[in-house]
Amino acid sequence: MDQIIGNLDLLFEFPIVNLKIIIDGVMIGALFALAAYGLALVWGVMNVKNLAQGDFVIAGGYTAWWLVQQGIHPFLGILAAFIVMWGIGWVTYRLVISRVIQRDLFTSLLATFGLAIMMAQILNLLFGSDTQSIQLDYATFHFADGLIDVPAAKLMGVVMAMALAGGVILFMKRSRMGQAIRATAQDPRAARVMGIDTEKIYSFTFSLNAAICGAAGAIIVMAWVIQPFYGITYSIRAFVIVTAAGLGNLPGVIAAGLGIGALEQYGSHILGIGYQQAVAVLLLLLLLLARMLQQRRQRQVLK
Amino acid sequence: MNLSKPALYIVLLVVIVAAPFLLPAYKTQLATLWLMIIVAMTWDMTGGQMGYNSLGNIFFYGTGMYVAAVITIGMVYDVGDYTNAAGGGIYAFTETQYFTGLVLGCIGAGLFCALSAILIGWPTFGLRGPYFAIGTLGMAIAAGELVSNWEWVGAGQGISMPNYPGDFETFKLLIYFIFAGVGVVLFIFLKWLYTTRFRSAINAIREDEDKAEAMGLRTLTYKLLTWSMAAFFVGIAGGISAFQLIHFEPLETAYQTINLGIFMVVCVLLGGKGTLWGPIIGAVLFHVVKEVTWNYFLGWQWVALGAIIIVTVVYFQDGLMGWLKHKRPEWFGIRVEKKDQIVTEPAE
Repeated sequence: MDQIIGNLDLLFEFPIVNLKIIIDGVMIGALFALAAYGLALVWGVMNVKNLAQGDFVIAGGYTAWWLVQQGIHPFLGILAAFIVMWGIGWVTYRLVISRVIQRDLFTSLLATFGLAIMMAQILNLLFGSDTQSIQLDYATFHFADGLIDVPAAKLMGVVMAMALAGGVILFMKRSRMGQAIRATAQDPRAARVMGIDTEKIYSFTFSLNAAICGAAGAIIVMAWVIQPFYGITYSIRAFVIVTAAGLGNLPGVIAAGLGIGALEQYGSHILGIGYQQAVAVLLLLLLLLARMLQQRRQRQVLK
Repeated sequence: MNLSKPALYIVLLVVIVAAPFLLPAYKTQLATLWLMIIVAMTWDMTGGQMGYNSLGNIFFYGTGMYVAAVITIGMVYDVGDYTNAAGGGIYAFTETQYFTGLVLGCIGAGLFCALSAILIGWPTFGLRGPYFAIGTLGMAIAAGELVSNWEWVGAGQGISMPNYPGDFETFKLLIYFIFAGVGVVLFIFLKWLYTTRFRSAINAIREDEDKAEAMGLRTLTYKLLTWSMAAFFVGIAGGISAFQLIHFEPLETAYQTINLGIFMVVCVLLGGKGTLWGPIIGAVLFHVVKEVTWNYFLGWQWVALGAIIIVTVVYFQDGLMGWLKHKRPEWFGIRVEKKDQIVTEPAE
């Protein structure tokens, strides 16, 4: 308890620490937002709540990490993770997801939970349970007498995440495929009547989601660390963000992603680093409670 | 039929009592089988009968473990000092202290979990469908993370329970019979409960909650009651497990979200949701398959588990009972009229 009060005092005594926490939080939050965007896409288009979202992120991270060990440039690793995870996403769709789309939501939730357990364990068997990261020898920028340090690798990661998000948004807005995906999300039956092969759209959307997650994971492994069992927390963060922002609300997803990142950094700063996972999950519970009370005022329930 | 049913129950009872003596090397596995049966049956109360799919019932199991441990230790020593010593030999328990701890600890664990189910259920039952599943899953994960940071109950180290004062084989036998006793009581209780109006009420909630509420059913009361009854038995099972395992720690044993927390759902789905026997059959099936095959997978067992979950959920969701119901409806008292037997009334 004394430690918590001490940590709180520190925030007021040195306001610059707040800035450091917010910068750290926003940088990782950009990547949370990327994974959450993928989740919102799948959720909105095919009404599947994917609990294996975080494990796609981690799998992408390990793909990039392994390729860099083989001597590939880290930036090519991101591209490779995108492509590999596209393939894994497609296989997953064919084997599992395509069979649960028409079923009730608990089925897809449980099936993807099984998938999450399986992927985490396969990664654990292949790469071991140590935390891994790619060491990039880029400079670190220091501000405010060294209180704020921003590694160039993290900055580049954020820029690449933004570029990827921009690319996906442009694709969804401008291309024929993006148009077809949006049409399917609005009304699959009408889309089929208009000659859109919704089965193809579903498999494309799910593969795209896995690829986005994979690229996000490849960026994360460059500037942060990954571990086979970190997946479930990324899934929960993605859920928090999508539940907070709502479906199809892109600015909301980005804002919520950055906000969650910052809140989590605050939480782990005040309570101690041991609580980082707990803070992420507690945010979910708080958010569900808030959403529920909001609905209850209109005599509705969250379903 | 009238004679064969009591006979069946007597045979089952004999098997239950004789099992640990017939298979003396497998006492622990048999006790774990009872644990699986208990958690599967209690999961089915909310998941199968009431339509609320909880992924966080493991919360009550872990909490039950901790409550039983704290009661047992707290009656004799200071809990903080005890966990600080991490099971060092200076803390001895007499026979009386151990058994009072065992009885009061397990009952206390059940009562505490029943109460916490009401407290947690009051906010969470506003969530429906997948949100309820995610919310309860989050609750279980959060509880595990918080307890693993709580120094008073040993943080990530967990708690070492006092040793059984006596022979280890007798101890295993005792644990088996406590588990079996709780399981049989639970079965009799549910068999009675499912003949009352209570079952119709919770089934109505499953079929259409809004309509049930419009009919004047106090849905929240029924939901809270059902969940707290389930939590009571899971809490007791957790308390017994705490004594059985002797040492337990928060993330892998107590709040084991991806092991037992998901096993219970798979057991129910395998056997058949919303039936009395389904969860039991599913639990036996799952446990036997798991115990027989686990050793051959060498590290890949968790991958196999994920595969079992996916296959069960995707291809076999109605479970064994659902499949039987489809194939042999007359066993379930459903009368199927053949097409040519239906006498059509002459239209007036």
